[in-house]
Amino acid sequence: MKAILVLEDGTVFEGKSLGAPGRTYGEVVFNTGMTGYQEILTDPSYAGQIVSLTYPLIGNYGINIDDFESRRVQVEGFVVREAESVPSNWRAKSSLHSFLKDRRIVGIEGVDTRALTRALRVRGVMMGAISTEESPEQVMQRLKKAPAYASKDLNRVVTTEKPYVWPPYTSSLPDLAAVNNSEPELPLIDPTHRIALLDCGVKYNIIRSLSALGCEVTVFPCTASTSEILSKDPDGIMLSPGPGDPATLGYVVETVKGLIGKKPIMGVCLGNQILGCAFGSSTFKLKFGHRGSNHPVKDLASGRVYITSQNHGYAVDPDGLKDGMEVAYINLNDGTVEGLRHRELPIFSIQYHPEASPGPSDSSYFFKEFVAKLPAR
Amino acid sequence: MPKDSSIKKVMVIGSGPIIIGQAAEFDYAGTQACRSLREEGVSVVLINSNPATIMTDTEIADRVYIEPLNVEFAERIIARERPDGILPTLGGQTGLNLATQLAEAGIVEKYGSRLLGTPLASIQKAEDRLEFRSLMQEIGEPVPESWIIEQESQFAEPAKSGIWPLIVRPAYTLGGTGGGIAYNEEQLYEIGRRGLSLSMRHQVMVERYLAGWKEIEYEVMRDANDTAITVCNMENFDPMGVHTGDSIVVAPSQTLSDKEYQMLRTASLKIIRALGIEGGCNVQLSLSPTTFGYYVIEVNPRVSRSSALASKATGYPIARVAAKIAIGLHLDEIDNAVTRKTLACFEPALDYCVVKIPRWPFDKFTVADRRISTQMKATGEVMAIDRAFEPALLKAIRSLEVGIYGLVGKASAQLSDVELEEAIRVPNDERLWAITEAFRRGMMVEEIQALSAIDPWFLRKLKGLVELEATIAANKTILSAACNRTEATSEDEPVCSLLRQVKKAGFADRVIAMNVGVNEAQIRTLRKRLGILPVYKMVDTCAAEFEAATPYYYSCYDSENEN
Repeated sequence: MKAILVLEDGTVFEGKSLGAPGRTYGEVVFNTGMTGYQEILTDPSYAGQIVSLTYPLIGNYGINIDDFESRRVQVEGFVVREAESVPSNWRAKSSLHSFLKDRRIVGIEGVDTRALTRALRVRGVMMGAISTEESPEQVMQRLKKAPAYASKDLNRVVTTEKPYVWPPYTSSLPDLAAVNNSEPELPLIDPTHRIALLDCGVKYNIIRSLSALGCEVTVFPCTASTSEILSKDPDGIMLSPGPGDPATLGYVVETVKGLIGKKPIMGVCLGNQILGCAFGSSTFKLKFGHRGSNHPVKDLASGRVYITSQNHGYAVDPDGLKDGMEVAYINLNDGTVEGLRHRELPIFSIQYHPEASPGPSDSSYFFKEFVAKLPAR
Repeated sequence: MPKDSSIKKVMVIGSGPIIIGQAAEFDYAGTQACRSLREEGVSVVLINSNPATIMTDTEIADRVYIEPLNVEFAERIIARERPDGILPTLGGQTGLNLATQLAEAGIVEKYGSRLLGTPLASIQKAEDRLEFRSLMQEIGEPVPESWIIEQESQFAEPAKSGIWPLIVRPAYTLGGTGGGIAYNEEQLYEIGRRGLSLSMRHQVMVERYLAGWKEIEYEVMRDANDTAITVCNMENFDPMGVHTGDSIVVAPSQTLSDKEYQMLRTASLKIIRALGIEGGCNVQLSLSPTTFGYYVIEVNPRVSRSSALASKATGYPIARVAAKIAIGLHLDEIDNAVTRKTLACFEPALDYCVVKIPRWPFDKFTVADRRISTQMKATGEVMAIDRAFEPALLKAIRSLEVGIYGLVGKASAQLSDVELEEAIRVPNDERLWAITEAFRRGMMVEEIQALSAIDPWFLRKLKGLVELEATIAANKTILSAACNRTEATSEDEPVCSLLRQVKKAGFADRVIAMNVGVNEAQIRTLRKRLGILPVYKMVDTCAAEFEAATPYYYSCYDSENEN
C-alpha cells in the first residue's frame, strides 16, 4: 500500500505503508542513532512527534519484550528508509511492521530519509503528516488546520494516572493492577533509599537504574503537588524527561520550586529545563534539536568529554540562571547547555540521558552520584 | 591540553615492505599521520625501507630517508636529525619493533628524544597473551577460558570446568594436525591424548570453542585526558573461526540490538582505558548468537587494517587524529576534517551500509590451499558503500576484479550437491558464491545457517538477491522488448518499476543484460531512456545532521542527488 509523508512547507515524500494504514500528524524530527528503534518508539518524549531515523536499515533485530521504555508506543508516526520484514536476533518476538500494526501506529517506509534530514536541518523541524488514504493536497489541507506541536499538554497525556511504587532491585515492570488499583503492596526488600519521581514522561530505564542501586521509586503524576510529594518523605527527588515545550509547564516549575532546599534533586532532560526555569532562566527552541546517540558533552569541571544519548528540542538559556545554579556541562557541537549544578545545594541536572536506552551508558555514573547525595536511612 | 610546544620535529617510522596479510594500511595511516603533524607545524622526518609507498613521496614529509629499518640506520638518522619525538604506532609491527629496540638500547634517551603516542608498556600489555589475560581478569572482562596441558592428568581441569565444547590444539604441529573439538569428557581425553603424542613439545592448548559466535569489532580512540570514543563497529559476515582480515565485514553491525551494541562498546572503552592507549586501537569481541554472553578475543594497540577500513567507512581519519593525540592534543581540540564545524570528539553516525570483501591472491598462487581460517591469506580488500547491504555487496563483488560481476561464482556451479555443502561448511574464497548457488538449487536459509553458522539476516539478503535475479530472467521478454523501443509506451511501466528495483538492489547492467540476453549497452540505453539513473550521496560522518565541507560521495539509486 502506498503512503505519503507531507511536510508543512509542502514537501512530499512517497513511500510504502509501514505498520497500520491510516493518517497521522505530528512534529517531524530525525534521530541519528544507528540502533535502538524499539526504545525510541516507546520513549514518551517523542509524544506528538513523527520520528524519522537516519540509519537506513531498521527492524533487523526485531522487537523484543525487554527493551520497552514505557507501556505504549509514543511516537505519532514512524519514517524509515527500509524496514526489515524478517528479524534476526535471539530476543526478537515480532517484526517491526507487525508490532507497529498491532499498536495501530501509522508509518512509512521507502523514504529517502537522508533527503528528509537535510530538509529539516536547513529549514528546521516542522509539522508533517503521514497518510495512506489521502492525496498530498488533502493532507496539506488537514495540516493547515492541525494544532501546532505542544499546543496541548503532552505531559498530562504520557504521565502516570496514579502514583505507583517500583521496588528496589527490580528490572521488570511493576504489576499493572498495582498501578491502577489502591495502594501497592510493600516491597519485600528494604530499599537503601526512597525516591520520589515526578513523571512528565519517564523512561523505564531511569527507574530501573535507580532500582538497581537499591532505591524504591515512587512515581508521581506530573500534576502532583509539592505537599503530596513531600508527604511520602522521600530521600531525594528525580525529575523525569518528557515531551513538549517546557515554557508551558509553569505548574511543574512551581511544584519543583517548593522542593528546592528541602531534598536533593536530580533532573534529566526536561527535568534539566524545569530546574533551569525554577532557577530563573528560560528555554528556547533549537532549530532541529539533538536526537541521537553520539552527542559529545564536555564536563566543564574535569574537561573530559562524554558521548551521550540525546533527545531534546529545547535548550536552557544560560544567561538567566540565578540563586547559585550554574552551567556545568555544554554540548561540544553547538555550545548549548547540557547540564546544571548548584553551587551549594545537592541539586544537579543533565539535558541528556544517563539511563541510555538507546545509546551509550557513559553517563550512568550520575545515578550513583545522586544516590550518594541522599541521606542514609 | 593544547599541543605540546616542545615537539617541533618528529620522526615517523614507516612500515617497510608490504607483505601477505596486509592491505597497504600502514602506508595509508603513515601518510595521513605525516600530513596531520605538518598541519600542526611539526617538521616530519620519515624513515622507511620501502620506496614504493605514498608516504615516501617528497611532499608528504619534510625529510625522507629510504634506509633499512634497523637500529644502526635509525640511530644515524636520529643523531643527525635530533627529533624531539619518535612516532612508532603508525607503522604496524615493524615500526613498533624498531621503536622497542631503540628504546631498549637507550638510543631514544641518548639523543634527548622520546617515544610519542601509546606507551610501550601498554603495547606490551596488549600483545603479551598472559599479561593481556590477567589485565582482562582484573577489570572483569571475559576472555575465553584456556589451559596449557603437558600431561594427561591435567585434562582433569578443563574436564571439570563444565565448559563444552572445547577445542584442542596441539602445539607445534604443522597446520594444527591432531586437534579437534571435544563435546564431552571422553572425547577430550581421546583427542587430548592424540594431540599430546603428535605435538613435538608434548603440549596442547585447550580452549573454549566459540564456533558459530558472532565476531564484532570496535575501533576506539582515547586521548591523554582519558576521553575515549568509538569510531565505528563492524560485524563479520563469517562467524568466529575466520580471521577478520579474511572475512566479509559490514559496518555498522546489522544484527545487534542497542543493548548488545552498547554492551560491547562499553567493554571496548573499558579496555582502551585499562591499557592506557593514547591514540587508536581495535578491539575484537565474540558475541553469543543466543545470549548476552561475550568474550574479548584480542586488541590491536595501534592503527591496523581494520582502522584503515573504519576510517574510509566513516570519514573519520583515525591515523590523522592519532598523530595529533601523540603530540598532546585532546580529542576536543581536534577538528572534524569533514564538517570543519564540529570536532573529532564524537562518534560517527552512518546513514549507509559498508561492505568489505577480502581480495585473495589465489589467482596468482593457483595451487595454494584456498580454505581460510585463523591465519590471514588475503593481500588486499575492497570496500563499497550504498544505502543497503545488497547493493553494497554487489558493488564490492565487482570491485574485486576477479571476473565475477554478481551472484554467479567461478567454480560453484560445477560442484556436486555434496561438494557444495562442503564449500559452505568449510570457509574458502568462493563461499559467498557457493551460498548463492545453493539458493539457486533450492536450499533453505536454515540449512545453510546450520552448515555455515552465518547469521540468517545475511543469508536472507543473499536469497533475496538470487530470487530477484530469477525475476529478471523471468521477465526477459518484456525487458528485451523495451530495449528495442525508442519511444515511451504504456508497456514501459512494469519494465521501469522492475528495472528500478533491480538497480536499487545493486545489479550491474552487465548482469541484467546477461539474464535478458541482450548486451550491456542496450540495458544502459534503456535505463537512460526510462530515467533510471544513480544519485550521489555524501559520506559526512554525521548522517546529514551538519553541513559537510569536504565530504566524499557514493552512488546509489535513491531520490535526492547531493552532488
